[in-house]
Amino acid sequence: MPKDLVSIKDLSKEETELIIDTALSFKDVLKRDIKKVPALRGKTVVNLFFEPSTRTKTSFELAEKRLSLDVINFSVSSSSVVKGESLLDTVRTIESYGVDYIVIRHSSSGVPHFIARRTRASVVNAGDGINEHPTQAFLDAVTMKEKKGGIKGLEVAIVGDILHSRVARSNVDCLIKLGANVRLVGPPTLIPLNPPAGVRVFYDMNEGISGADVIMMLRIQLERQGKSFFPSTKEFFRYWGLSAERLRLAGKDALVMHPGPMNRGIEIASDVADSPQSVILEQVTNGIAVRMAVIYLLQE
Amino acid sequence: MDKRILIKSGRIVDPSQGIDGTGDIIIDGGRIEEVVVKTPDSARKKQSAPKPNSRDITVIDAQGMIVIPGLVDIHTHLREPGFEYKETIKTGTMAGIRGGFTSLCPMPNTNPVNDNPTVAAFVIKKAMAEGCCSVFPIGAITKGQQGQELAEMGLMQEIGCVAYSDDGRPVMNSLVMRRALEYSKAFGFPIIAHSEDLSLSDDGVMNEGPLSTYLGLRGVPAAAEEVMIARDIMLAKLTGGKLHVAHVSTRGSVELIRRAKNEGISVTAETCPHYFSITEKAVMGFDTSAKVNPPLRTDDDVAAIRDGLRDGTIDVIATDHAPHHADEKLLEFDRAPSGISGLETALALSLALVEQGMLSLSDLIRKMALNPATALGIDRGTLKSGAVADVVVLDAKQEFVVDTERFFSKGRNTPFRGWTLKGVPEVVISKGRIFDIAGWKE
Repeated sequence: MPKDLVSIKDLSKEETELIIDTALSFKDVLKRDIKKVPALRGKTVVNLFFEPSTRTKTSFELAEKRLSLDVINFSVSSSSVVKGESLLDTVRTIESYGVDYIVIRHSSSGVPHFIARRTRASVVNAGDGINEHPTQAFLDAVTMKEKKGGIKGLEVAIVGDILHSRVARSNVDCLIKLGANVRLVGPPTLIPLNPPAGVRVFYDMNEGISGADVIMMLRIQLERQGKSFFPSTKEFFRYWGLSAERLRLAGKDALVMHPGPMNRGIEIASDVADSPQSVILEQVTNGIAVRMAVIYLLQE
Repeated sequence: MDKRILIKSGRIVDPSQGIDGTGDIIIDGGRIEEVVVKTPDSARKKQSAPKPNSRDITVIDAQGMIVIPGLVDIHTHLREPGFEYKETIKTGTMAGIRGGFTSLCPMPNTNPVNDNPTVAAFVIKKAMAEGCCSVFPIGAITKGQQGQELAEMGLMQEIGCVAYSDDGRPVMNSLVMRRALEYSKAFGFPIIAHSEDLSLSDDGVMNEGPLSTYLGLRGVPAAAEEVMIARDIMLAKLTGGKLHVAHVSTRGSVELIRRAKNEGISVTAETCPHYFSITEKAVMGFDTSAKVNPPLRTDDDVAAIRDGLRDGTIDVIATDHAPHHADEKLLEFDRAPSGISGLETALALSLALVEQGMLSLSDLIRKMALNPATALGIDRGTLKSGAVADVVVLDAKQEFVVDTERFFSKGRNTPFRGWTLKGVPEVVISKGRIFDIAGWKE
């Protein structure tokens, strides 16, 4: 494994599969009475979050504690960035604490790459700008593999705001590496004019989810409203929301996924979110196992 | 300065007189006295080679060298006043001299903005006191570069401004742009357009295309540049004002300008070495030294820019020298400022076009000296008798590695760091003052 996990693009198919399989074995650990392994005792990780996050941060923190890491949380509000400390100075400060791992989230694309080149610590990308969110893609892959037995040949439809979604970008990279067929579905304003190679683009959701094995709904950032990406959340739901009726176009066994947090009634109907086909909460559980696997594997 | 200078036996290339041949140049009193080109005929007749014994005269042996008029950069950022930590008039003009430029035209986006005669006078006085080469300021089109009210362009011209531009902050209001082009006709100066529709470029940081999707960076579409060029061409047609389009970077822009020229509209255009030397791929790895505005584009755009240079659609090669402090470029890609420190690499990067057979040497010098001078209406970029003695003795065969630590510019921000380039100015003469580049320490 490389020193860092900043981009799925850096990983081979084998390394990607190793992460997923390792996560599946860590999942067994999480089912035990004592959910902790001494794997990384004495090592230190800092969660360096430049962007507010509750879920991802909590998930990483739990994963780190389950690996017996000493955990420091370093949240930098955007206001203190404005106050002046440069990114590089922040990283040098953190490095001086003597940390072994830096888990980073930042609103600018490329920041984990920037840091990884300038620190001896292993860097894990917990989301950079609109670029990547690799651990989210791995946890989605773990969920698909568990539920569907494998990923090769799966028809996966990713629906919604693809343009601004690091979750979508990482999923495309990961799923294509693993041999799935990826469809991007959404309004043309929210799909890149130049989509990633190897995907199919659908503006018509009915067509886009027909026969899909997995439907991955993305969160619609409410601040996109009023910026002419779409006229209203009502109209969005009408054409690109996942209703129970529309879900029937995909197979009965189709999985419904969502990286959270959901906007019920905007991108996903409540009854769909709570339906037996929904694996949204399992995604959350798998997130911990995946983050354990990634940090564990980077120690080599 | 009143000393006589003889530049002996160089290959003299001066497009303003159609000269490309071996000969001598005599400089006296800071002006070109005479250019003597030895045709095979005259060599036999042992014609008027001036005798160095007549009076105190400095002889520069230019055998094996190319002797050209000092280059004119129509698009420079000298950063003074206000951003002296990035560059000063002194360091910027030193970088210019080192790069073969004897005339620089600093853009007005200083602090305060050069939008009034007082700031213009400051720049000119500072350049006379501390500058190594000639400085012809470009004033702002609008007060504070706000795009609302016209600046005192006439009064600034009296001080010495040669053109007007809201570079970096395009005039978004079409009526204001119309008025600027219209008003310029009373004074004859060109309006230089930084062509970017800000609502289309939005918060983009690189060229929009497959690579911006791949890197997860927000893209600026080629259309953001092209719609503004189209608008400004229409306004130049409407008003008859002189339009100069800055830093052309896309195929569509080249095509729009070509069509406008065919229609007889008064438009000139420039591009920069980075737009014909490298592509958006330089951004990979989130390299902020390749962040520039307009952004680096694709192979196809580079091919179109080269075609535009070859067929004359693009008149001028400018540097858009945009020095920044190292700390500013060592930031998140989104936050790092745009710009490349270009004065010390522009000539060598452009000479590659000659080496590749894209342009003749004469065409290149035309685009880097004569054409920018003509577009601005300044009497530079020529070796004609009586002209200000701005001359470069160039070793076109000498290779060098781009070492930013040795830049005279304070800005070390360049994606060409470590490149091996060819073409080094050995001696630069600016207004009759001799700079021996290799031995020059300030």
